Amino acid sequence: MLGRLRNLGHYSLDLFATLGRAGRLWWLAIFRRPSLGNVSLVVNQIYRLGVLSLVITVMSGFSIGAVLALQGYNQLVKYGSESALGLGVALVLVMEIGPVVSALLFAGRAGSAVTAEIGLMKTTEQLASMEMMGVDPLRRIVAPRLWAGFFALPILALMFSVVGIWGAAVIGVEWLGVHEGAFWSTMQEGVDFVHHVMKGVIKSVVFGLVVTWIAVFQGYDAVPTSEGIAAATTRTVVFSSVAVLVLDFFLTLTMFNF
Amino acid sequence: MQMRTIEIVVGAFMLAGLISLAILATRISGFNVNSEAGSYTVYASFENVGGLVVRSKVSIAGVEVGQITEITYDKNNYDARVKMEIDSDVDNISVDSTASILTEGLIGGKYVGLSIGAEEDFLGNGDEIFDTQSAIVLEELIGQFLLNQF
Amino acid sequence: MVSADYLQGKRMNSGVMAGMMIAFGLFLLKPCINSMSDNTMSEDTATDVYDDTVTDDVVVLEDVVYRRGKKTIFNGVSLTIPRGKTVAMMGPSGTGKTTLLRLIGGQLTPDSGRVIVNGQDINAITRDELFELRRDMGMLFQSGALFTDLSVFENVAFPMRVHTDLSEDFIRDLVLIKLQSVGLRGASSLFPSELSGGMQRRVALARAMALDPQILMYDEPFSGLDPIAMGVIVQLIRRVADVYGSTSIVVSHDIQETASIADYIYVLSDGRVIGEGKPDDLRQNTSPRIQQFIKGDSDGPVPFHYPAPDYSEELLAENLKLGWFSFE
Repeated sequence: MLGRLRNLGHYSLDLFATLGRAGRLWWLAIFRRPSLGNVSLVVNQIYRLGVLSLVITVMSGFSIGAVLALQGYNQLVKYGSESALGLGVALVLVMEIGPVVSALLFAGRAGSAVTAEIGLMKTTEQLASMEMMGVDPLRRIVAPRLWAGFFALPILALMFSVVGIWGAAVIGVEWLGVHEGAFWSTMQEGVDFVHHVMKGVIKSVVFGLVVTWIAVFQGYDAVPTSEGIAAATTRTVVFSSVAVLVLDFFLTLTMFNF
Repeated sequence: MQMRTIEIVVGAFMLAGLISLAILATRISGFNVNSEAGSYTVYASFENVGGLVVRSKVSIAGVEVGQITEITYDKNNYDARVKMEIDSDVDNISVDSTASILTEGLIGGKYVGLSIGAEEDFLGNGDEIFDTQSAIVLEELIGQFLLNQF
Repeated sequence: MVSADYLQGKRMNSGVMAGMMIAFGLFLLKPCINSMSDNTMSEDTATDVYDDTVTDDVVVLEDVVYRRGKKTIFNGVSLTIPRGKTVAMMGPSGTGKTTLLRLIGGQLTPDSGRVIVNGQDINAITRDELFELRRDMGMLFQSGALFTDLSVFENVAFPMRVHTDLSEDFIRDLVLIKLQSVGLRGASSLFPSELSGGMQRRVALARAMALDPQILMYDEPFSGLDPIAMGVIVQLIRRVADVYGSTSIVVSHDIQETASIADYIYVLSDGRVIGEGKPDDLRQNTSPRIQQFIKGDSDGPVPFHYPAPDYSEELLAENLKLGWFSFE
């Protein structure tokens, strides 16, 4: 019994220590932000994190939009309200599914890549050699990735929503026979830019920060062996996913006046 | 990959993001352009607002001309005080117009409909509409019906 | 231990007092220390080893203690590295020789004791001063540690871009010169993943030398190389030391190669210096631990067998456990 209590205490202290390290990393990386000369580093990272995640984002967006249209139609048709399909799909995508699913995909694709990359750099002593040459790895490696994630994810989320709505339109209007005019007009009437779209953007900005932060920290903190990197990559995906979903709950709670 | 190519691609990426935002703003959300035209405030008191909520629309002849911005309980008069913003270019609402709380369709949301009166004076900023028609609450209607039935 | 600083009168009062006290104490305890540590030379005569005029010490470790978690990696290590010499640090694996290089480079802070580089306590200076100091240090990591996302050319140009404002043309020429000296000028557009281990290490050497540093540190430069590559590296290290006159600190456990290039060797084990001297002197050192290390004996002070219970007992115990199988 006492042993378990000790374990709990030990585990909690470990957790606090980890959070402390993560916070310190974030603080140092943000406030030693890349100087103007390092903008090219950020741009490079936006390419690797954002542009290369486009394919998965767009494909998933289209599929989810199509599925929402299919399922939504089935339910709405029972009440004769299938003309509201456009509105329903758009709201769900823009407020919830867009930011959340694109964040989850980002964590899996870009987050794990970042963790593995930084972990590998740590293992092959690239970070140490950089330090020895007087270059701060936080400025050169960590900070550009943090900023890149901050910009890239909201853009990915927006594109996800747009493609999703288009996917729903293709399925709903062309295939299921929802009236095209009604589809778009109910959507335009019901979706408010500030209160729906922008709140979704805020969510994706927060997610971008959190997912990239977790990914970068796990890589930096990884045990410098192959098992260590594998474990760190797994942790990135798991922690990011859980964090995104939990944060979504709290963000929705605060932003949508419940 | 050469740096220049990367920069171009990233630029395109950011542009695509902005375009998505623009699409969402215009085609999907029916961006509220009313705010640019400016608006003026009008008040009305109702016995029962029913399901009327803030941001519900205010319309004349079925066309949206404004929004409800505040609904408060008036302790002194025991009724609901509604504050609404009407577009500035709709400046010819007579002072004896009626404000009724109507329902969209059969079971849709509530909104305020204005029927223009005959007076030549028009409502200005901060004015009050005195002729109001409360929401039709289904239970009261049924109650009345039953009452009349017996 | 009397460091050159005291001799130059930089820290007269407390330094000289301490130095004198230590020297006096050591003088008194000399016979005891000799028998305890099997050290044929006491530490305060380290600088007398060199026949040439006394040069200043570019790196001094004073009684450095470093712990990682529960493990004490260094328990009072003191050594000096004179300018312009090639000094080797050797010892069994796991004695933290890489950690030592990191301590000298200021990446790690000792739990107690001081690390003095070029007269400055490396853990007491400001970040900017550390940056300047690191400009004069080049380090060759065990795995090369080339930046995998940059080409060979970019790797060698990296320190130049960081520490200098030289124009692109100038940098290009410098990089090509450095690559030429390691024989890899033709590989400048390749990426590290396209090179063999030996070639990677040569590029890393070119990078370490990029700014003609005063101090060059080599972390296990010979490990994992085929004989040809090893010969190349040995040649290069020697040439760099001769041509540039820089101070080289080589961490290795390769006796042959290291002895051929080192002016002085420190042998470390269990967190302490257990032996030091010129290569020839060390070969004649009678300490059993040093002898085992130099000869490469599989058994000696560092035992062959991992601690285990009695052999016959353990074997028999197995049989007994099988119970009804065994013969009574």
